Amino acid sequence: MIDPCDQCEEMLQPYLDRVLSDQERAEAEEHLNKCSYCAKRYRFEESLRQFVRQAVSEPMSPDLKAKLASLRTPL
Amino acid sequence: MSPETDARRIAEQERDRVRFEEEVLELSDQVYRVARRLVSSREEAEDLVQDTYARAFRSWRSYTPGTNLRAWLLRILTNLNIDRGRRDQRTPATQPMEEGDYFLYNKLEEAGGSDDEERAVERLSQEGVVQALSAVPHDFRDVIVLVDIGDFSYQEAAQILDIPIGTVMSRLHRGRRVLKSELAEATVGETA
Repeated sequence: MIDPCDQCEEMLQPYLDRVLSDQERAEAEEHLNKCSYCAKRYRFEESLRQFVRQAVSEPMSPDLKAKLASLRTPL
Repeated sequence: MSPETDARRIAEQERDRVRFEEEVLELSDQVYRVARRLVSSREEAEDLVQDTYARAFRSWRSYTPGTNLRAWLLRILTNLNIDRGRRDQRTPATQPMEEGDYFLYNKLEEAGGSDDEERAVERLSQEGVVQALSAVPHDFRDVIVLVDIGDFSYQEAAQILDIPIGTVMSRLHRGRRVLKSELAEATVGETA
């Protein structure tokens, strides 16, 4: 028999991406409600995604912004 | 066509173009954010974004108003990036390290002796994430950058990269796992 936590691990990404079917989603949630091991890892994944987004976001330099504007067709 | 309607048509076109250019410029921060992580240096990203904008302004007529402008711009950008020969770089002969989705958390928990998921995220560094992402092979990284950093849907990413949606999903899935394995290595050390 497949370990329910292994199955839950497989559903982590599609669950957070909201691409599971209603039935799969209900199955995942049923397991998450009673399994703190998996629930913790799901919460971690959510925070991780947010952290990654912030960590790799680098603002554009004002110089580049000005250069882009200068590429416009002159009026 | 009378000279009057002709003049009106030209004026309308001009208005459309100005509006197009303004909308395109408003998206520049988002375009840059994605570009910055598709290539390895800031200079490359800046060049790529400039070339993208130059081409977009030149070929504004090929954009269909009402369709997704951000995806249209990114399509230009990724094509230019391919033209620059980045795709010629060989993917490494060895398969990237890829573990299960719980792997990073398990490693952090093991190393930190705590099972608090909020603390676990705090153990990661900004620099570590940047390094780990740049270590992910291009094909996987492009999809992660578009979906997780650029907020594009699977469908949009598929159109931008001109690959089937199923490929987007599998690359995203595997790429995130590779990213987490890289992060585990960067943060905790030996992952073998």
